[in-house]
Amino acid sequence: MTSPAMLNQLTISQLAARLAQREVSARETMQACLDQIQKVEGRIHAFISYDPADALAQADAADHALGKGIVDKPLLGVPIAIKDVIAVRNQPLNCGSKILGQFHSPYSATVIEKLQEAGAIIFGRLNMDEFAMGSSTENSAFGVTHNPWDISRIPGGSSGGSAAAVAADECIAALGTDTGGSIRQPSALCGCVGLKPSYGRVSRYGLVAFASSLDQIGCFTKDIRDAALLLRAISGVDPHDSTSVPAPVPDYAASLNGEIKGLKLGIAKEYMIGGLDPEVSAAAQAAVKHFEKLGAEIVEISLPHTDYAVATYYIVATAEASANLARFDGIRYGLRVDGADPTDLYCKTRGAGFGPEVKRRIILGAYVLSSGYYDAYYLRAQKVRTLIRRDFLNAFEKVDAVITPTTPTAAFKIGEKADDPLQMYLSDIFTISCNLAGICGLSLPCGFTREPKLPIGLQLLGKPFGEETILKLAHAYEQSTPWHHEKPPLSPA
Amino acid sequence: MADDFDVKYVAHLARIALTPDEEQKFGAQLSNILGYIDKLNQLEVSQIEATAHAVPLVNVFRADEVRPSLSNEEALRNAPSKANGLFMVPKIVE
Repeated sequence: MTSPAMLNQLTISQLAARLAQREVSARETMQACLDQIQKVEGRIHAFISYDPADALAQADAADHALGKGIVDKPLLGVPIAIKDVIAVRNQPLNCGSKILGQFHSPYSATVIEKLQEAGAIIFGRLNMDEFAMGSSTENSAFGVTHNPWDISRIPGGSSGGSAAAVAADECIAALGTDTGGSIRQPSALCGCVGLKPSYGRVSRYGLVAFASSLDQIGCFTKDIRDAALLLRAISGVDPHDSTSVPAPVPDYAASLNGEIKGLKLGIAKEYMIGGLDPEVSAAAQAAVKHFEKLGAEIVEISLPHTDYAVATYYIVATAEASANLARFDGIRYGLRVDGADPTDLYCKTRGAGFGPEVKRRIILGAYVLSSGYYDAYYLRAQKVRTLIRRDFLNAFEKVDAVITPTTPTAAFKIGEKADDPLQMYLSDIFTISCNLAGICGLSLPCGFTREPKLPIGLQLLGKPFGEETILKLAHAYEQSTPWHHEKPPLSPA
Repeated sequence: MADDFDVKYVAHLARIALTPDEEQKFGAQLSNILGYIDKLNQLEVSQIEATAHAVPLVNVFRADEVRPSLSNEEALRNAPSKANGLFMVPKIVE
């Protein structure tokens, strides 16, 4: 029997079973998460804000429903924390930026309504790189989030708060977003599971747009079964998002049967890059061997345009961002710095409200879209995007999934890459193509570096709407390895 | 192509006021990034179609019906300046 203080460490499936049996209450669970936050937040800083009274009131409502024997709500009483880029009605929404001021959301994102429909307790605003632009959560206007495995290191980004909160057991699961790796990379660096669904799988309504053709909402969980449960809860077509796809939502958890014999896993020779840390490389190679032992077949494939992915991404993503972030102009919401005329007001407001990385990317995006440069940069990048997408579709004719390390190195030190944006961008090499191609991907723990002990992530990339297959593969691996049982060494404060 | 990058001009296009320090720093960083991005010129793409979206959904229509939406009050709730149910902005026309 787990003591009540450990309730915050449970997975969704463990907790849901205990709640249904009335062995534990939602209030005790929520309180255990709040106690853990109290204990570790001073060192981790995963949350920008949270409202304990509101969270406990939701927990009481869940307990009331549980008492009446309501059974058709798969997440009833499960505390889930939310990245600060997804709207929750009447809660603050800042996107890790100063420019939104005291903004409170007038409506909830579709994913939030779906989670509430499933009974979840929605609490907290999780820290992130400003407008999801970054790989370290150092670009937040609300301070840096620290990696629970080593607080001198970054948790990854942009969803660093989501990954750190799940890894430090401050919540049961979390939502984040992934535009070029912002779910998978922080999951890898913090040692949890992160799933980026296929483009169109999950509604983006109520998500503040960074790069509309690349953004997807996804989940951070403690194991693969939870990722399957949470994905099912948030997926599906939405009349409010015309890019959501009307494909049926499978019961993802039902496919987790360990039967992966004969499934084909591709290793791309283009991913054997310089700069890949030897311990990361060794862990990924051991994982490939392990999959072979489990009965999967390993196939060498080629993704010939891999070397162009980062350049393509930083044209497409910044171009879309420069258009999307034009709405932050000081007129309808957030910060306003008065000026002599409207243009002066816009320039001053945006100059004062945006942080350096967001300014850099908007300027880059405006440049690649500007007259005389559109064809040379933006149109060319869109064409290379076609080649990158084709690489994957060709590979998926031969294999069921592609296997790679999630990141070239384990978590780096806070400040290490802060002054070199290009070096920071290049660390996204394994995750970035997935968004350009619109396919799905996940990261799960596959080992640790020796000294200091830091998590290493393994990435599985799947076909468009092929989440069932990568979840099944990941589950078989996870259940036959010890990594997901390891907890960060957060001694009592 | 990166040689003629004028950070001051593009920042104004993007409606962002930069300090002299930012101009200098971003100018150097962005020239460096543009130099890297130029590697796309190594590829022959004249016969390749552009991808704007990975999922080519087209003409997603709905019935032209009035649906519930935000009230005037809610839409103005986060406004930095408002009066008489409207957003207040600086004078545009003399």
